[in-house]
Amino acid sequence: MAMNPVPAFIPERQKSIRTKGKPAEAISCQVDSVAGSVSQRACVYCGARVVLNPITDALHLVHGPIGCASYTWDIRGSLSSGADLFRHSFSTDLREEDIIFGGEKKLSLCIDELIEQYHPPMMLVYSTCIVGVIGDDLEAVCKAAAMRHGIRIIPVQSSGFSGNKSDGYRAACEVLLRLIAPREKITLQPNRLNYLGDFNLAGEAWIIRSYLEEIGIHMNVAFTGDSSYETLLTAPSASLNIVQCAGSMGYMAKRMEEIYGIPFMNISFLGLEDTIDSLIRITEFFGNTSFSRRTVALIRRELKTYSPVIQQFRTRLEGKKAAVYVGGGFKAISLIKQFRELGMDVVMVGTQTGRPEEYDTIHELVTDGTVVLDDANPRELEKFMLEQGADLLVGGVKERPLAYKLGLAFIDHNHERKHPLSGFVGAANFAREVYQTVCSPVWDYLGLELP
Amino acid sequence: MSKKKPGVRNVNENPCNMCMPMGAIIAFKGIENTMVIIHGSQGCATYMRRHMAEHFNEPIDVASSSITEKGTIYGGEANLKQGLENLTRLYNPQLVGILSTCLAETIGEDIERTAAEFRRAQGESDSPMLVAVPTPGFGDSHTEGYFQALRSIVQALCKKTESHRGINVIVPHISPADVRELKRILEMMQVSYTLLPDISDTLDSPYAKTYNNIPAGGTPLKDIEAMAGAQATIQFGETLRLDLSPGVYLHENFSVPLFNLPLPMGIVACDQLLKLLQNLTGNPVPDLLRKERGRLLDAMVDSHKYNREGRAAVFGEPETVYGVGRVLVENGLLPAILATGSRSSQVAALLGPLTGGCDEEPLILVDSDFSQISSYCAAKEINLAIGSSDGRLLSEHEGIPLVRLGFPIHDRIGGQRILSLGYTGTTMFLDQITNTLLNSKLSRYRQDLFQRFYPCASNEGR
Repeated sequence: MAMNPVPAFIPERQKSIRTKGKPAEAISCQVDSVAGSVSQRACVYCGARVVLNPITDALHLVHGPIGCASYTWDIRGSLSSGADLFRHSFSTDLREEDIIFGGEKKLSLCIDELIEQYHPPMMLVYSTCIVGVIGDDLEAVCKAAAMRHGIRIIPVQSSGFSGNKSDGYRAACEVLLRLIAPREKITLQPNRLNYLGDFNLAGEAWIIRSYLEEIGIHMNVAFTGDSSYETLLTAPSASLNIVQCAGSMGYMAKRMEEIYGIPFMNISFLGLEDTIDSLIRITEFFGNTSFSRRTVALIRRELKTYSPVIQQFRTRLEGKKAAVYVGGGFKAISLIKQFRELGMDVVMVGTQTGRPEEYDTIHELVTDGTVVLDDANPRELEKFMLEQGADLLVGGVKERPLAYKLGLAFIDHNHERKHPLSGFVGAANFAREVYQTVCSPVWDYLGLELP
Repeated sequence: MSKKKPGVRNVNENPCNMCMPMGAIIAFKGIENTMVIIHGSQGCATYMRRHMAEHFNEPIDVASSSITEKGTIYGGEANLKQGLENLTRLYNPQLVGILSTCLAETIGEDIERTAAEFRRAQGESDSPMLVAVPTPGFGDSHTEGYFQALRSIVQALCKKTESHRGINVIVPHISPADVRELKRILEMMQVSYTLLPDISDTLDSPYAKTYNNIPAGGTPLKDIEAMAGAQATIQFGETLRLDLSPGVYLHENFSVPLFNLPLPMGIVACDQLLKLLQNLTGNPVPDLLRKERGRLLDAMVDSHKYNREGRAAVFGEPETVYGVGRVLVENGLLPAILATGSRSSQVAALLGPLTGGCDEEPLILVDSDFSQISSYCAAKEINLAIGSSDGRLLSEHEGIPLVRLGFPIHDRIGGQRILSLGYTGTTMFLDQITNTLLNSKLSRYRQDLFQRFYPCASNEGR
């Protein structure tokens, strides 16, 4: 990717900041955060937790000091159609004496207490920094407890320091692969797929499920939004995996192809363009003419409902400039296209954990002059949002107050939102939200002077 | 979901506290031109920033030394030094708080030594001041982390100085709005004071045309230095362990008299503060404050019968629980459950005598979690919860309305603006409690009375 450096505040960060249209080496990504740079990234544990936590009937036990459980309690806001055990935060609450004498015994006791009380079908035990250092044998404790209680108890190797958030995604995928491994021979079921990388933050997995059902395709399970122990076990019988969040679930898809021969397809349901394209590609995969007919009908009907809504907002938004700073590359790519549907240019785009191939795509999509950042910090976000004249930022909770202090509109594309942003209805919601924030009257008053 | 059996458990379910570095960050955010670095893996800093950003609706910048596997094996000293260098470039702070974590403490990092080495290498005059604070996450709760940081700051900065008429005011973790109210009272009493830590502007900064990545405000370093020469220290820290008390440190090392008071919530505690200020300064309580006091008394009388029907579960940091408990007792509202996640405060010993005159003996829970609190709510016939948003499941599952106070408030806007101190703050807080009780009552009483008294109401299937 040819992009030119712009001056960074920290020399080590120079390689991770590029401007389109100016010759330079490819952007540096997938590297450790620079100490003291105030990275927006979290840790391995965080990566594993956000992927696995939406499994609704699993008992999620954090083996570590209280903080790791406190800060991630009900953090994702994933919706459930059944159990709500996943919304409770369980911790072994390790203390000084446990650090000195080891936490295995306490972990074992906690597992027993919880199983006796909740009888969960499965339990996930998350490792934290401290567990990695004091050397508790999670595998052994979980195995013994699983024998005792006759349920699946799987350790999540997610010591915070052992990499970055992406390594946590990987650890979560390993757990899921282990969980779904069938005990008996599987029979492939026709017209069934798994939906990877949707966490049902605001009913998205439900929306996509109903689209597919209408076409004639059954969704076995979404990884992991509104999933449960029983539904996850059906995954190996699918004939296709579709992947929304490639950053967290790309590995899972590749492994499932290797192990079960299930092909996968990267799709995206963010924005009209991607949604339509994805539905068509999924339908083509199954090669069934009645599916195709129903897909076309579905797309026509939904467009008829939602296109006018989006068009109406577009007239107010054309020419505005957006900045994007999100977790993964796939989301950034979709957002660039989605803003194009609204007549808006993305002038700054960055991700916490984007991959080289994703940055290549980003580079192709954006216009000259756009600044691209990997693992940015608040100082860089501030500088480039202002310099590039952005009207709006898409980000997460930590970035929101910064946008507001700079007088920029803001879209939460993370855990916090309470309305869906996927599919046709989601595209309309997105347009409405962009309109509501960019065209709010409050911005007009920020410039007023008090004599 | 099945209800848990009350009793001692090893597991913590739905935590009622956070970890030490969280409290320490908040304390450092109240010091002028200060930045914080957490010596640990990247996640700690990010999680705490996120938690605080939600509550305060402010950008919360906290650096991390981003220790990885290599640092864990060979030591994280190089990371910390590089981190200090980089954050200085980005923020140019006057002071940097260095906080340890579970990870740093367990692998045996000596943050104090690393800090000293860094300053020597950089040249003392070119380097920001550094205050290293041991805050292992497994050590205690965020409350103790907060005071550990304050105590370390005072220890590092205060030096023997000429005596002056100023008064030190040391506050526990209260909202920026509460800090502002306290300052207003001090200013009305014409007190010359140093308030530590002052988050009133730093964690609730006004919109301005230019953005500063370290917000203006906070306690000035030179004022902290001079705390050693103050006429007295007022510390709202009755529940505080002595070894964490900055006031005790100033008393023992610089002979500054210490007045440990409860938070000025409720009539008695507010009076206590004003009497003390009057004695220390010789200044009279101005009319305006007397009127505010009169209005609080008026409000207490106006709402006393409604409040009498309240049976509250209060949870949060020890000092806040104690303060709220005092307000409830004064108003005849039963503090049926008083709970804190902290395990080393003196709150239990204070709550006993406070609630001695109540109709029923309250349940006092320390080192608690929400699973324990909620397990007692039915038996205690709780009809009101007071505390942070972390108590939201009490509303969701048990239908108990929650008056939000404390930290974190993440499901409502304006956590930073919640006011409950002083006569006026207490009045507003009390009104909110009463109105919550009234709302419950008014939304139910027609149905309740009909069901109970209308002849054959059950047959008519209304």
